[in-house]
Amino acid sequence: MFHRESGIFKTSYRSDMELYPLPIAKWTVGVIAVVLLAFPLLMRVFVAEGSIDYYVSLINLSMIAVVGAVGLNILVGYTGQISIGHGAFMSVGAYTAANLAVRLDWPFWITLPAGGLMAAAIGAVVGIPSLRIKGLYLAIATLAGQLIIEWTINHVPFISGGVQASIRVPRPTVFGYELSSQRDLYYFLLFFAVVAVIGALNLVRSRIGRAFVAIRDQDIAAEIIGINIFRYKLMAFAVSSFYGGVTGVLYTYYLGIANYEQFQITTSIDYLAMIIIGGLGSILGSIFGAIFISLLPTVIRTVMEGAGSLFLSQEEVLSVVPYLRLIIFGGLIVLFLVVEPEGLNRLWRNIRNYFRTWPFSY
Amino acid sequence: MSCFFNIEFDGGFTLSLLSIGVLIGLMYALIALGFVLVYKATDAINFAQGEFVMAGGFLAGVVAVAADNIWFGILAALVGMVAFGFGLERLVLRALIGRPVVAVIMATIGLAAMLRGVFPLFVGTSTFPVALPIPEEPIHLGSLSLQPVQLVGAAVSLLFLAGFSYFFLKSRMGVAMRAVADNQQVAMAMGINVERYFALAWAMAGIVAALGGIVWGAMLGVDTSLAQVGLKVFPVVILGGLDSIPGAVVGGLIIGVVENLTAGYLDPCLGGGTKDFVPYVLMIVVLMFRPYGIFGKRRIERV
Repeated sequence: MFHRESGIFKTSYRSDMELYPLPIAKWTVGVIAVVLLAFPLLMRVFVAEGSIDYYVSLINLSMIAVVGAVGLNILVGYTGQISIGHGAFMSVGAYTAANLAVRLDWPFWITLPAGGLMAAAIGAVVGIPSLRIKGLYLAIATLAGQLIIEWTINHVPFISGGVQASIRVPRPTVFGYELSSQRDLYYFLLFFAVVAVIGALNLVRSRIGRAFVAIRDQDIAAEIIGINIFRYKLMAFAVSSFYGGVTGVLYTYYLGIANYEQFQITTSIDYLAMIIIGGLGSILGSIFGAIFISLLPTVIRTVMEGAGSLFLSQEEVLSVVPYLRLIIFGGLIVLFLVVEPEGLNRLWRNIRNYFRTWPFSY
Repeated sequence: MSCFFNIEFDGGFTLSLLSIGVLIGLMYALIALGFVLVYKATDAINFAQGEFVMAGGFLAGVVAVAADNIWFGILAALVGMVAFGFGLERLVLRALIGRPVVAVIMATIGLAAMLRGVFPLFVGTSTFPVALPIPEEPIHLGSLSLQPVQLVGAAVSLLFLAGFSYFFLKSRMGVAMRAVADNQQVAMAMGINVERYFALAWAMAGIVAALGGIVWGAMLGVDTSLAQVGLKVFPVVILGGLDSIPGAVVGGLIIGVVENLTAGYLDPCLGGGTKDFVPYVLMIVVLMFRPYGIFGKRRIERV
């Protein structure tokens, strides 16, 4: 990621698909891993002890978003099937895990995959229309899925836990140690975010991933060369929903409460924005986009509290922030679509390519 | 569950639900019309139709309150939304021609978010009234009582649906627009300025959104929740067929009637929200069996 190659000397498909294009890449990954592991400790150097938890919580939310965005990108970016129902799949995972954790007292390492699998099953059902319809129609069908799942959760007390449709879940415990502080949760979430990213990286370079890309690029041609479209489209929906479900479970354990309000259409649109701003069909792009969109409200609030207080009162600043967020959020989606359709990932590649030969480019 | 067995059929109640359903359905048709116009002419999908309606409503409401004259408000909404339609086409959608469907869908979703932010930011969060010069008391017709606002809304819809049908069938511009919708390259070869008609389609969507904002704003008042009516557009257009003006009317009527009947009878059992739920169930069924809708052109590529 941060190292520079002197050129591209790939001679076989095998080397083209490798996770580590150069031996030095392992070092880069190693350095990133060390930085991530030491992050809460490193924070101590830069910020005051009291505000570390605040910054770590921002990173935690970003990591949850990374899992969801990577999952959505597998469906939208790699397989080319649009979905406006990602938020609903998260809610399926969240309520499944919350119910299992509360009613049966199961630990998180069972409820988490269970939530994911439940979401995958529902996701595959919602994906069935994708076999007959595409593009716009699929967008509307998944939108319908979102609304119907939302309504069902809200109206079935067995799922939603009755009043206000929210369920309080216990904190996750590892070997008897309860993870309750932001720093504990940081490592908890980091583990799953890393597993999700590595899983996705390996999935998209496997036979399945290549089948997804073939379906995206030209589905009829893909079918003719022997790809079972029925199977792979549903698989893409299931995998993506599994990621979504796991995101919902992680979010539930993070907040300590499962609540449908966290998983409405706006959430689905947030995740679509992440992968569009990050870059469709790119895992690294999903990570960039997830971090970008997660941090956007905080950045806007910080900037407005600094700059806005010059000509607005404190209450006015606070009331302006959510609208400003909507405007900047929508504006960025439109801007990226018009100006840089390949997203932040492309910008990153451009920067890298510039520095590949820097400072002697000719 | 036992609640479902206690539902009793009541003729008068059903009739009043039906009449409201028909009027509301026609008002849905007006909003769906904006969507159909754009899709028909440019193949673009407008996920921001609800926000367009909200924008039209805000322009009408805010100007009417400021100038203390509803006609200024209506004029401002119409002019403002036409200008908005032209500007949008020029700045955003022209850049997206030839790009995947997802790009246009996401661009309109981004636009929707912007509109939802811009209006409360500048005019505040209070609800603006759109006070049309009509009586407020319900009109009694036998056992039925009808809201004048809904009657006016339905009348405006019918008028414009007829107007647009005539425009597409008879006028030179309408025929040109149909040619553009049918085959852009051939239309271009025939000397039709395709880009101009794209802009015109968005401007017409702007007019329809302004009218929708005025009639829906008159009924519900204008604030950001007015954009919610946009969610009903999809069941309506899918049911009627995406590229069909009569389809918008029929789809609107079916959705209006079905949602009012089911809400009237089932809401006590299901605890509310049936109105938002049933149209989408109906739509899923249509998507499964007849995705091009009742009147739509069969042009979905099968795999």
